[in-house]
Amino acid sequence: MYGSTTLNSAPVGSFVLVKEVNAEGLTRRRLLDLGLVPGTRVEVIRRSPVGDPIAFNIRGAVIALRQEESSKVTVIDS
Amino acid sequence: MSLPSSLGQLVEEAQRLSGPLQNTIRDSIVNSIYTTAESIAAGAVTTGDPERTDWDRKIDNILTSPVWGFPIMLGLLVLVFWVTITGANIPSAMLAEGLFWIEARLTDFFMAVNAPAWLHGFLVLGVYRSLAWVVSVMLPPMAIFFPMFTLLEDSGYLPRVAFNLDRFFKKAGAHGKQALTMSMGFGCNAAGIIACRVIDSPRERLIATLTNVFVPCNGRFPTLIALAMIFVGGSVALSLAGAVATLAVAGLVVLGIAITLFVSWLLSKTLLKGTPSSFTLELPPYRRPQIAQVILRSMLDRTIFVLTRAMIIAAPAGGIIWILANTHIGDTSILAALAGWLDPFAQHMGLDGFILTAFILGLPANEIVLPILIMSYVSGGAMMELDSLAALRQLLVDQHGWTWLTALCTMIFILCHWPCGTTLFTIQKEQHRWRWTLLAVAIPTAMGIILCITVNYLAQGLGLI
Repeated sequence: MYGSTTLNSAPVGSFVLVKEVNAEGLTRRRLLDLGLVPGTRVEVIRRSPVGDPIAFNIRGAVIALRQEESSKVTVIDS
Repeated sequence: MSLPSSLGQLVEEAQRLSGPLQNTIRDSIVNSIYTTAESIAAGAVTTGDPERTDWDRKIDNILTSPVWGFPIMLGLLVLVFWVTITGANIPSAMLAEGLFWIEARLTDFFMAVNAPAWLHGFLVLGVYRSLAWVVSVMLPPMAIFFPMFTLLEDSGYLPRVAFNLDRFFKKAGAHGKQALTMSMGFGCNAAGIIACRVIDSPRERLIATLTNVFVPCNGRFPTLIALAMIFVGGSVALSLAGAVATLAVAGLVVLGIAITLFVSWLLSKTLLKGTPSSFTLELPPYRRPQIAQVILRSMLDRTIFVLTRAMIIAAPAGGIIWILANTHIGDTSILAALAGWLDPFAQHMGLDGFILTAFILGLPANEIVLPILIMSYVSGGAMMELDSLAALRQLLVDQHGWTWLTALCTMIFILCHWPCGTTLFTIQKEQHRWRWTLLAVAIPTAMGIILCITVNYLAQGLGLI
């Protein structure tokens, strides 16, 4: 699978590379501060029992993001 | 090269950068920070063995699984209550016995020095007795509950609870971390409200603050537990009483969580409109809790802190209530007059005037609601030496006509009424607005009144009583 998708639709267990953060303002700052800069390798770990949020391995820390945030990060397959 | 022209160039450059390119600049700053940090980390940090991460994942597979996640959460909740309820019984009785033995000696002393009756009444039957009650009823459950809770907190389980429940909070327009502030509320609502600082968005922090009181705190648990033991546990065999009472209390807590979500939703649709702010939650690695430190910390930071607060409030309150119960206007005491005046309304809620009076006078601290009620029920005008639940049952059921419906309505009102004085003070200090403090009183009180009236008339209408 080539081409880009968003972080929230990457399947659980896959590894992806961050391509771009499409948020503005505070949300953008938050996501960048977490280390979601272009080129970062992210592992999709698990979904919460009811589907959202999703937990990601970002630079060694396990961070859960809601769909609202993770859909703003475009990624490509790693 | 002249100075003005180089300055002009700089200004031009600055304008170019702060315009549409601002984001690109910020990104490259963050990018270079991360690149530098990564190269430093690569040289200095060695990652531990990967098996550890595997372990964390395996634990998470169970604790946040779609099948087991919720049953385990509920199971842990019930387990914590069960251990608290069954474990606190015996030390509570022993403490009560010891403290009331001291009271008898104090009475002997007052007799020996020929102290006036009012002084003995105020100091011993009022101040000392309410102190003794608060200590013997509150200390054992707190000394069991707080360490267990700190253990869960220390192990890293609580963020998983927030992870599991976030979807529901999002639907209610609230923040997932509200699950954490609610958990703190089990210990003390004032502590829970201070914990709301972990929520960055002001709107969602306010929602968490205003709904924290729907989680029963430690000051209310003993009363809930006592009533559950008498009215729910009392109807089954003795060996099952603890377990059944635990389930009743756990059921009430689940009701409190449902009310929290409902009120949060209502607030975010009306007064506190807005879209959920950004949500990030770290799921830290599990840690083996340091038992000694947990016990020490939960004892000093929480148990002693909450108990001291309760005692500081209970001592003068006990004295004042003794005065109210023993000052007579005509034939009736002030306390009885107040209860008589409130009685018609209280009856609609399935309560009686004395119960409602006890809640109102219990504003300083929720733990004195039951002692006040007992003090106003017994004709002597001082709190009884209630060393056993059987004595309490006899007082409530045989002498004052309580039914299971009275108990149920009282328990609902314990869950939903105005926060205690300390909590209100904390809300005012955290939010700096009188209207929010007033709302923090109005919302749970309205919920409680509506629920009690509904339950009361429903039960009577259906002929259940």
